[in-house]
Amino acid sequence: MSANNDVIIDVKGLKKYYKGDEIKALDDITTTIKKGEVVAIIGPSGSGKSTFLRSLNLLEVPTDGTILFENTDITSPETNINVLRQKMGMVFQHFNLFPHLSVMDNMTLAPRKLLKMSKDDAEKKAKDLLKMVALEDRARAFPSQLSGGQKQRIAIVRALMMSPDVLLFDEPTSALDPEMVGEVLDVMKKLAQEGMTMAVVTHEMGFAREVASRVIFMENGRIALEGTPEEVFNNPSNERLKTFLAKVL
Amino acid sequence: MNYLLLATLAMPQWLQKLKSDFILNFVDDDRYMYIVKGLIVTAEVTFFATLLGIVLGALVAIIRSTHDKLAPTMRMGAPKVALKIVNAISQVYLTVIRGTPVVVQLMIAYFIIFVTSNNKVLIAVLAFGFNSGAYVAEIIRSGIMSIDNGQFEAGRSLGFNYAQTMIYIIIPQAFKNVLPALANEFIVLLKETSISGYVGLQDLARGGDVIRSRTYSAFMPLLAVAAIYLIIVMFFSKLVTMLERRLRNSER
Ligand SMILES: Nc1ncnc2c1ncn2[C@@H]1O[C@H](COP(=O)(O)OP(=O)(O)O)[C@@H](O)[C@H]1O
Ligand SMILES: [Mg+2]
Repeated sequence: MSANNDVIIDVKGLKKYYKGDEIKALDDITTTIKKGEVVAIIGPSGSGKSTFLRSLNLLEVPTDGTILFENTDITSPETNINVLRQKMGMVFQHFNLFPHLSVMDNMTLAPRKLLKMSKDDAEKKAKDLLKMVALEDRARAFPSQLSGGQKQRIAIVRALMMSPDVLLFDEPTSALDPEMVGEVLDVMKKLAQEGMTMAVVTHEMGFAREVASRVIFMENGRIALEGTPEEVFNNPSNERLKTFLAKVL
Repeated sequence: MNYLLLATLAMPQWLQKLKSDFILNFVDDDRYMYIVKGLIVTAEVTFFATLLGIVLGALVAIIRSTHDKLAPTMRMGAPKVALKIVNAISQVYLTVIRGTPVVVQLMIAYFIIFVTSNNKVLIAVLAFGFNSGAYVAEIIRSGIMSIDNGQFEAGRSLGFNYAQTMIYIIIPQAFKNVLPALANEFIVLLKETSISGYVGLQDLARGGDVIRSRTYSAFMPLLAVAAIYLIIVMFFSKLVTMLERRLRNSER
């Protein structure tokens, strides 16, 4: 077992096959995510980015390989994945706010039920986080009364309510109208500056270049290339990466 | 001559016939009591059968959707086997209940299963409750299935286990979506209990029939019974419509 305390997520030989081994969504992925890192995961559609991200908190169960989260093997039958997931927040493309609950209740549900936080403490924490994303006046609103950008900012602070050690984002701005992308990226940038560890599947190359400490380029279920943003963007040696960047930039 | 007699004399003949029919069927020997008592029995059976149906239906719906959702990804072992077994039982229950007429189920309950019991109301509650449960199960299951899987994943990713995700996130939304359909099922059930007479239970429909057999006049008692059902059904339909509007307005 890796005893490196800086490593939050350690992935070894991760494979995810569908239909026997006909579809290799993930084909032997090995990488680590260290404390404070912002890892941008880029690549063409269908290359396995979502499957990789969702494997990290076991929303997808790997076919093979190991994933250590803070030195615990998450796929082991002895592991209580529910407890580990409290420490890994996730933000989805389609927000997935709970439509039957107000913004405040969306945020306080998990900490109150799972961490046994008192109502007052949870609401105080929620208000602080709402202030951070400039939505303190929307605490009583319901999700349907929010714009897409507001929904995603709420989804982010909902995840933060559990004080996670890492945040996983799956295309957090892909479902947004262009004018709302910035407000969400700004929040993510702020979190990065505060030292939050993040893994972000994204098509926002500007964000990857500016905020990421490392970029992973995926293709056909494999990591085709990984490196610092400079290495990846400034002088792409890989032909496929060049083609991909030409398309998205 | 007093005015009443005058009025009676002045009545056209058909109206006089109607009046005497009314007195014969409802007033003489306090025959209206058959209707009143029958209505109480109908209300009792419908109410408790609805409760039983919802409890049973929710249980079966949760078993079925848990099986569909979890079984494919579960490791082999006792929990998976147990889930498979209760799911199989649920499926047999749904198939048998929805594949046979409710009147036959009622008779089987009375003449075979509970042949030693004489509590007809209880037997009717059990028979109609088990029948309704099968339909309620499919209503609730479709409600659960209609909730976007992203809701489920959002719950699990926060650290909720399967049951907590169902209780705090999925069921409240599903229940709200199917409330009108459940209310309709209640109306269907209310009308269905009118076959209770098959096992000698004196419900509203049977009450009217008893009067008919005493007075040899079918028109009044049966139309009265029909009118009472209609009024109750219209009342609850109106409630359902209001409920639907409320839910639509609070659609967030
Ligand atoms: N449930 C599934 N069944 C079959 N194939 C799947 C399933 N989920 C994903 N895949 C396949 O796995 C590959 C990777 O998908 P995904 O991780 O969603 O890619 P990306 O997020 O990069 O667009 C795709 O070819 C996709 O069709
Ligand atoms: Mg994807």
